[in-house]
Order: sequence, then structure tokens, then C-alpha cells
Amino acid sequence: GLGNPTRAFAQQALTQDQLLQFDDFGNLTLIHLTDTHAHLKPVWFREPDTNIGVGEASGRVPHVVGDAFQKMFSIRPGSPEAYALTYPDFQNLAASYGRMGGFDRIATVVKSIRAARPGAILLDGGDTWHGSYTSLKTRGEDMVRVMNLLGSQAMTAHWEFTFGTQRVQELIGMMNQPMLGANIFDAEWDEPAFEPSKIIETNGLRVGVVGQAFPYLPIANPGWLFPEYSFGIREERMQQVVDDLRGQGVDLVVCLSHNGFDVDHKMAGRVSGIDVILSGHTHDAIPEPVVVGDTIIIASGSHGKFVSRVDLDVRDGRMMGFRHKLIPVFSDVIEPDSEMAGLIDEIRAPYESELSEVIGKSEGLLYRRGNFNGSWDDLICDAMLSERDAEIALSPGVRWGASLLPGDITREDIHSVTSMTYGECYRTEMSGEMLKTVMEDVADNIFNEDPYYQQGGDMVRVGGLGYTIDPYASIGNRITGMTLLKDGSAIDPARNYVVAGWASVNEGTEGPQIWDVVENYLRRQGTVSPAPNRAIRLLTD
Amino acid sequence: ALPFSLAAQETAAPKTAEELIAEFTGGADVVEGDGVTLTAPEIAENGNTVPISVDAPGASEILVLAPGNPTPPVARFTFGELAGSQSASTRIRLAQTQDVVAIAKFPDGTFMRSSSNVKVTIGGCGG
Amino acid sequence: MADNVKPRVRVPKTAAKDEVVTIKTLISHQMESGQRKGKDGQIIPRSIINRFTVTFNGASVIDVQMEPAISTNPYFEFEARIPEAGEFVFTWYDDDGSVYEDKQSIALA
Ligand SMILES: [Mn+2]
Ligand SMILES: [Mn+2]
Repeated sequence: GLGNPTRAFAQQALTQDQLLQFDDFGNLTLIHLTDTHAHLKPVWFREPDTNIGVGEASGRVPHVVGDAFQKMFSIRPGSPEAYALTYPDFQNLAASYGRMGGFDRIATVVKSIRAARPGAILLDGGDTWHGSYTSLKTRGEDMVRVMNLLGSQAMTAHWEFTFGTQRVQELIGMMNQPMLGANIFDAEWDEPAFEPSKIIETNGLRVGVVGQAFPYLPIANPGWLFPEYSFGIREERMQQVVDDLRGQGVDLVVCLSHNGFDVDHKMAGRVSGIDVILSGHTHDAIPEPVVVGDTIIIASGSHGKFVSRVDLDVRDGRMMGFRHKLIPVFSDVIEPDSEMAGLIDEIRAPYESELSEVIGKSEGLLYRRGNFNGSWDDLICDAMLSERDAEIALSPGVRWGASLLPGDITREDIHSVTSMTYGECYRTEMSGEMLKTVMEDVADNIFNEDPYYQQGGDMVRVGGLGYTIDPYASIGNRITGMTLLKDGSAIDPARNYVVAGWASVNEGTEGPQIWDVVENYLRRQGTVSPAPNRAIRLLTD
Repeated sequence: ALPFSLAAQETAAPKTAEELIAEFTGGADVVEGDGVTLTAPEIAENGNTVPISVDAPGASEILVLAPGNPTPPVARFTFGELAGSQSASTRIRLAQTQDVVAIAKFPDGTFMRSSSNVKVTIGGCGG
Repeated sequence: MADNVKPRVRVPKTAAKDEVVTIKTLISHQMESGQRKGKDGQIIPRSIINRFTVTFNGASVIDVQMEPAISTNPYFEFEARIPEAGEFVFTWYDDDGSVYEDKQSIALA
């Protein structure tokens, strides 16, 4: 890298005008925001150092990281783009370029685009209501208020459903936008349960927006919280809804998707008539649209780091051309919008002292994102091993949760990586055989060659356990060398191990909330020193 | 005398998918073909209730099997004179990941088969 | 078992002559597979609905032989051709000898 450029240098090199600069194009603008996970305030967020693509996805975005990513998109090491989009030298660059996102900055970006492009359509890809202390305390209401003020015109969903059916319906009642989900059906009579699409009329154009919720909600999250609904990819249903919109003579079809990038890539090649897929769920930030046939796919990152602007030339019911920018939301450069800042202050005020309480300190960078354990995950696993007196810890491979530079760890920081409606930290016994089955099962949900069998998360995080993984092997054959770290013994299929974990999808799971487990551990430790995880070995071909 | 009854022996060893198919076809050839479609989700939301649909235009009967279950038979659909199509949907139990099989019998005595892989998983996490 | 078994069907009120209509049926039933063990470790005996038939004015629409692999609360969706006004008869046959029946009329539009 370039060492550590000073903050002044970094800020001199960046201006709001430059970040928002865009040569207007065509007659319609789409604005896409997704997977903010309720992070109202600016955050640090380190992009993954490992994101393995198998089968056709190998070597293709988003399965390109670090230096290779910088080369692919001609990004200069140490540049603002390198900081925003890749992991190398993250800690140094973070000190220079500062935090990213924050809904008051996002509001400035949206307002500026709308000023340049009246009639621009703002769409929310979901994972909006979940992921922070305030969203958990207000049960999603804070985010509904924020998105109403921001003026989102349609959304789809994933983690939203973990508030349970009744709360989802209450919040939908408070929204100024429809919740779209062509693939959400009622589980009893197998009939559409949500509006599949909405036609938005703007600038003399009729734009059909189809919503696609996360297909594997009842598998990846507790289905007992929303037993009324069934999801799935439902490719034929998507084709039917697109055909219906075309039949109504729309000028453009936009799919607001929470499929995850690889699923969208496959779907784009199999469903005809979609002009633009606004892709969410897998948290990938890709600086250029990916073109599949006549469809472009836009990936807009997560946690409010980016806002996508897509200008389109739409004529004679066809998309004739596009121009795109993945706008990085540098919070030190973009002026906060005072109206949104006021709402955020109001939302946070009742919780401010709880949010800002310092629980402990870290001597190193804490991050999560990547196919395998990040340092945040190691800390959470250590907390479970210690506080629940377990031999092995399991922590979900979710992709949400902000990074944290060395220094204080507040309660808000802990909630950024743990907040959920089913955070009970269980303690149980599991046979070695069962552990292997769990690891193989989760690995196949990530590394199956067919994207339609992928669920878009990362590998389950482990503590007290070492293993070797070959992502390119078949199910049942990826994981070898499972070792109990406390004594170096091989995991015995027949022996029972004491396992602690959290985020179980099973109803009736008992235990303290994971954020309390982490808090107690941090208070006991005072300061933690993240070390590289050498217990997980990756075989690559 | 035998230490156990023949009936008990029968319940101990359920018929295999091959035996059930042979019984259904009377030993006739079964071809893989477009004449029958089995639709199922890629991943089951819940192995206890997996939606499946079968469709075989012109067929008189469709046999559905789950060869990966402890007992493979699932259902046998016989279409009557007032069937609006030779198709049906139901929900089934799958004990594990497997290829669910549908075999259609046509009035001319031919048989066609189709299968669909359904993954039954413990679950993952998410983005 | 026969106590809380409740059939429900969805049939259009009217149809054009020879129209093909979609019919959905549900019946609340445990569908005990005969493979589960109870709390005492003993196998819970099989108790399922083993057959489902549908007729219209006495003519067959569909006849389903059901096995323990059919889920709890059996659901069926299928299509019927309506040659004339008349009545559907839906019949479910339980292992325990019970027979559950529902009837729905359809008029020509
Ligand atoms: Mn998601
Ligand atoms: Mn997400």
C-alpha cells in the first residue's frame, strides 16, 4: 500500500461533488440501497479477503477480492476506491478515509440525485429493519420511519421476517411503500401472499418493479416465526409476473431481488424480459453492472457503504443503454442531511447512554466478512467457550456486522454483530458425527456448484475446533482433519462434545442472549488481542 | 418352525423403489422423457412438508416414489374421465436429500419417468 | 383420530361448459407414519388416510392411493373438466375405517 496518508491528504483528494459527479444519461434513474442492516450511523466495514466461487462463478465477480479485484477494475492501491471496495491495508486506510455510510449522508446522496434527475425511483432491497440495537429495541420501527423519510418506493425482504408475521404486518401498515415478494406464498393453500409487483409511473414511463424476497428464509432463519409463508426461488412464477407486466405494456422491468448475486446471475440467464436486477443479500459491492444477455445486474454492497445510481435510456418499451455508478458514501466527505440527522438523533436519544457504554477494548481490528472466521467471530466464539464452559463453539456465518478499529468496544458495536430476535446462546452435547454433518451441510449451502442450492451466507464460525476444507469437493467430502484444539485430538464421531452456539432456528432454544455473553466476557477480559486464526486450513486447486 | 412370522419379515424389509416400479410397470421398459414432469423445490423448507407437482399429459396414472425414504412409496394418482389435466400437486415427507421419482403410465402401455433432486438440509445462515 | 378431522375444499361456484377448473383440498389429519417412536420409545402405530377420491356427478376425476410419506394435513391440487352443472363428491378413507366426505356444487355460468 501507500503507507498511511494523512487524513488531510485523503480529504483533500475527495470532495462531495466528485463523489456525486455523474454525466446524466437517458430518461430514467434508479437508485438502489440494500442490506443496510439498520446501521443508521457511519461504520467501518472491511470487505472480504476470501470469497470463493465454485463452478461457473469461479474467477468471476463477486468471487474476486483484494489485489485481483483492484486489477480487474483498475483501482490504485491505497486509493479511496481501494479502501471502499477491497481489504488490503484496511486498518491504515480506515484511519485516513474514515467511516462510511450513515443515513444522514445517504439522504444527501439521494436528494442530490433527485435534484439532478426528477422522477428518479428509489428502491430498497431489504435487510433494512434488522441488525442494530435500535432496530431490535424498536422492533424495526426506526427503519420504517427512516425509509419513509428517505422516500423509498418499494422494498423486498429477508431478515424483516425474523420479527415474526404479526410485526411484519404491523410495520407494513406504517410504510409509505409496498412490500413486494413474487415468491412469497401462503403455506396452506399455496397462493400468492404478497403483492408481486408494482408499476411506478414516472417521466412518462411505466416501470414494472418485481420483488423477490430471500428464497431460503424458513431454512436459514427460524420458520416458526412466520409459519404462514413459503418462499423458494420459484423461477416459473418470476417469469409469469414479468410476462404479466410486459402484457400490461410496461416500458421497463426491474427485479428488486434478495436472491443473492450468484442466484440472480443464474436467474438472469433463465428468466426472460427483465431489464435490470437490483441484487441484494450477498453484500457484494461491484463497481460495474454485470451483463447477462439483455439483463444488467447491479450489486450495491451493504451497511450503507454505497448507493447505486443507474441512468437508463428507455424507449419503445426497451432499455437502449445504461450508465452506472456505485457511489461510495464517505461520511467525512458527504455533508449530513439535517432533516435525516434530526430523525436519527430522535430515534437514538432514548438509548444513547446504553449504546455508547464502553464494555471493553480491542488491540486489533475486529471484522467478520469473509468465507471463514473473522476476528469478530473468534471473539464471539471465545466468549461462548468461556462463558458457557464449552469445548466447541458454533457461530453463524452471517455477512452482516460492521468492522471495528483498535480501541473501545461499545454496546452498540457488539449489537452490530449479534443483534437478532433469536439470540439465545445454547449449551448442548453434540456427537463428533453430528458436528461433521453440520459442517458439511453448511459448506454445501455455500460451495454447491449450482447457485440455486446456495443460501448466500458464509461458513459457520467455529471456536475450539480446527478443520481443513476443500470447497471444490462434493457434499460430505469437503471437511477433513477436524481437531479439538484444547488437546489436539481428532474429533471422534462416536464421542459427545459440549457445544455452545447461538442463532438456532429451533423453537424453544434456551440460554442467555449472545450479546450478554459477549459483554460478560469482555468485562472479564478488559482488553482482547485478536490473533490470526490458524486452525482453519483452506485447500484450493 | 420359523422363529418369526412371514408377515413380520415383510414389514422388516420394505419394498425397494425398483420392486415398486417393476410392480407398477409389470416389467415393461421405462424411458426417461419429457412426457412427465416432476416439479419440486431445490431445497426443502421443511423435510416434513415438501411441495411437489406431477404432470403427464395423456397419462392414465402417475406413481411417485421417494427412494431415499425408509419406505419409498409416496402416492399413486389415477386420472378419471373428468380430469381437467393429468396433473396434481401435494406435499410429501422426505427423510433426506434425494431424487424424487415420478413414473407415468400411458394408455398405450408405455411408461415414462422423471426425477427431481430435493436437498433436505439442516440449514445455514445468511447475508 | 376421527374426532378432529376436518376437510376443506376450494371449488369455483360457477364454470362455463367444458371449462377446466382448479380444485384445492385440505384435510386436517396427523398422518402418523408408523415410523416414529413415542416418548416411551415404542413405535407409534401407523394411522393415515390411505385413499382420496373425487367424482363429479358420479364420474371419476381423480383417485389417489396415499402412503405414509404424504405430509400431515394432506393437501391436493388438481384440475377437473365441467361438462354440466352438478356436484363434486370428495372422499377420504382412513386406516381406522372412517370415511370423511365433502360435497360442492358448481353451476354453469
Ligand atoms: Mn439477506
Ligand atoms: Mn443482508
